[in-house]
Amino acid sequence: MKNTLYLIGIVLICFSCSSDNGSDTNISNYDKQAMLINWADNLIIPAFTDYQTKTEDLETKSSAFVNTPNTATLGELRTSWKMAYVTFQNIGIFDIGKATDLHLIETANTYPTTTASIDANIASGDYNLSAQTQFASQGFPALDYLLYGIGETDQEILAFYTTDTNADNYKQYITDLTAKLKSIAVSILADWNNGYRTTYINNSNAVTGSLNQTANNFVEDFEKVIRAPKVGIPAGKFSNGALFPEKVEAYYNNTIGKSLLIESIDASLAFFEGKTYGTNITGPSLKAYLNAVDAQASGLPLSTIITDQYDAILITCNLLSNSLSDQVTADNSKMLTTYDALQQNVVYLKVDMISALGLTIDYVDGDGD
Amino acid sequence: MSKQIRDYLNSYTDVAPLAFYRIAFGAMMFFSVIRFAAHGWIDKFYIQPIFHFSYYGFSWVKPLGFYTYLLFIICGISAICVAIGYKYRLAIILFFLSFTYIELMDKTYYLNHYYFISMVSFVMIFLPANTICSVDAKQKNVLFRNTVPRYTIDILKVLLAIVYIYAGLFKLNTDWLLHAMPLKIWLPSKAGLPIIGALLGKIWVAYAFSWFGAIYDLGIVFFLLYKRTRLFGFLIVVVFHVLTRILFPIGIFPFVMIISSLIFFSPSFHRNVLQKIMVFFGSKTLSDQSLNSEHVAILNETTKPLAKYTPVVLGVFITIQLLLPFRYLCYPNELFWTEEGYRFSWRVMLMEKAGYAEFTVNDIETGQFKMVDNSEFLTRFQEKQMAFQPDFILQYAHFLHDYYQKKGMIDPEVKVDCHVALNGRLSQQYIDPNINLAKQYESFKPKTWILPFNHTIEGF
Repeated sequence: MKNTLYLIGIVLICFSCSSDNGSDTNISNYDKQAMLINWADNLIIPAFTDYQTKTEDLETKSSAFVNTPNTATLGELRTSWKMAYVTFQNIGIFDIGKATDLHLIETANTYPTTTASIDANIASGDYNLSAQTQFASQGFPALDYLLYGIGETDQEILAFYTTDTNADNYKQYITDLTAKLKSIAVSILADWNNGYRTTYINNSNAVTGSLNQTANNFVEDFEKVIRAPKVGIPAGKFSNGALFPEKVEAYYNNTIGKSLLIESIDASLAFFEGKTYGTNITGPSLKAYLNAVDAQASGLPLSTIITDQYDAILITCNLLSNSLSDQVTADNSKMLTTYDALQQNVVYLKVDMISALGLTIDYVDGDGD
Repeated sequence: MSKQIRDYLNSYTDVAPLAFYRIAFGAMMFFSVIRFAAHGWIDKFYIQPIFHFSYYGFSWVKPLGFYTYLLFIICGISAICVAIGYKYRLAIILFFLSFTYIELMDKTYYLNHYYFISMVSFVMIFLPANTICSVDAKQKNVLFRNTVPRYTIDILKVLLAIVYIYAGLFKLNTDWLLHAMPLKIWLPSKAGLPIIGALLGKIWVAYAFSWFGAIYDLGIVFFLLYKRTRLFGFLIVVVFHVLTRILFPIGIFPFVMIISSLIFFSPSFHRNVLQKIMVFFGSKTLSDQSLNSEHVAILNETTKPLAKYTPVVLGVFITIQLLLPFRYLCYPNELFWTEEGYRFSWRVMLMEKAGYAEFTVNDIETGQFKMVDNSEFLTRFQEKQMAFQPDFILQYAHFLHDYYQKKGMIDPEVKVDCHVALNGRLSQQYIDPNINLAKQYESFKPKTWILPFNHTIEGF
């Protein structure tokens, strides 16, 4: 019994030594469901609502163009395409539920688009856009090609939809692409509004639950949707320095690449900070969660390290030309600077953040010790 | 040999604790094999992956495709045979071999408690655990004996003591004691648990758990050793392991430890339990021939003693066990960072470590270049383990070299951009990004291409 008292004594001494050295005596009872609710109600559903509106407009403008192909309708369709493409950058993180089932990301934005396959589809008029092999011949990149890339001038482009022997097939293809973008957007939003929200906010399983999945998607979006294809591949990071200016996003349009990149990074940062879609109102978020668990690294809050890195990335992005392919050709070093800044944040998110929050990515439900 | 040692080796005691341990161990192992299979882990861990991380020197131990199931069947059946004491010696040898083979197939799944099971089953090969309460004894395949040399039971206590005391000793470092790492990271993530959840978010709780864990590991064996504190000690064992079971995904380990700690209890306790087990299974073997345990203790053993080499083998084995965990002292750099000498040393739950590793394969001669998508070759679990362990990184780099060589490259360089975070420190670059890993080879020598750790962790 003497031993036991001795033991208890030591334990008590330890408590008193260690608990008075910080103001944060509560690490966290961070309300994870509140975070999921914030994501669902203030980020995800508003973003998909906006995206649905934009794709509906895209379909409207597409049918106006198909009915009367002229410079004016082409211009309106292009504007609508740009708006929808920019909005699309905000939903890449939410590849969960119906979005995954319907291959939202792959069907909407696989680039570089395979122009040969598009040409063949149009020539034959026989294609199945649901096939995996067709992912690269549809979505925004295919529209990019059809609206900007099939001719040198607007007149040449319009000719494909007016005087070309295959004009009907061209028009049909545009109609099919915009219809598909819209129908996927509608299905996803409908699913969120009809029950999936409830499923989402209540799936609290530590491993396969919404928190882990969404955090995982957020990191994956940053690494595999932003860093690699938008910057890394064109800048030669994946090809030992061999440059691929033609592999940039929105290559044929050639002016909005930079704004798409910045939009996607802004969206990633907004998600990290839990900002209500399109506003600066912050709510429960991974950033707040990091602060709640008092995640520190090198004497700084980890959340600050990460937001600072986002800022550093945006500074490098602002130095880029509006046309990323021009940037690659003219001065690729600026692209590489952006890539390095992005890469550092991949590490912060994938290693430091996930580790600090105990959110092991796709943790195998096995034994650990 | 000094007289004391000789006297010790010639002293005898009631076999009951050993027989009980045999039954309990066999049963637990059987259920653990069933559990492993029921989770679908045989397929997921050993059949689906196209690449496996092998231990240095054991690259010949590979999953056997579909026959891997057969391996698990052998392991399960031999566990049952151990439990019922049927052809015990053969059964425990088969169990040891099949279980160890399974563990050696892929170090991704290394766990200290699997290693513990391998070690215990190796020792049990030499123990006369089937002399009562066994089919062997009933069929007279083995001489029915109520007493065995004392050391055959003490060795199990020593094994358990090594696990606990070393686990405690290695908690005596600044991360664990002064920073409450990694518990400070792990506990809050369980704040959703009922009742105790609210406490887990508090910093002092992380410290309390860290210190209590260290003190528990260092002291529990002594509580179990003395009769007066034993029951209290066992109570603490149960509370401790049930708690770890609730907090962490550690499978069957808590049960193995709880049951194993019963070995410290008196022979009469085990007699009672065995009696109940035998009655439950409708046999009267034990009651027919049992002796009063106090009577047993003073009996002179008349049957044939164990083989002469047994104490020698076990002595050498224990010496290795005592020394192996200190092999890290032969390496110059921080153990937690390089992990040189980390495994097989009862360092349990000491690190929250995560990494990110992106490989490039570059063939100068053909000009071919590849940025590796790890998911093409590794499962998520394998990738996660690979990204912060140098021996995994090296082995994978060699795999990539060979793979791309077969794809037409001549002699590709394999380099890695790898960043690792350890116990809440900001991640830092882990491996020299300019080193061609294809030209580095695994050995027991320190790995010079691991970049230095910019922090210090004091202690064991």
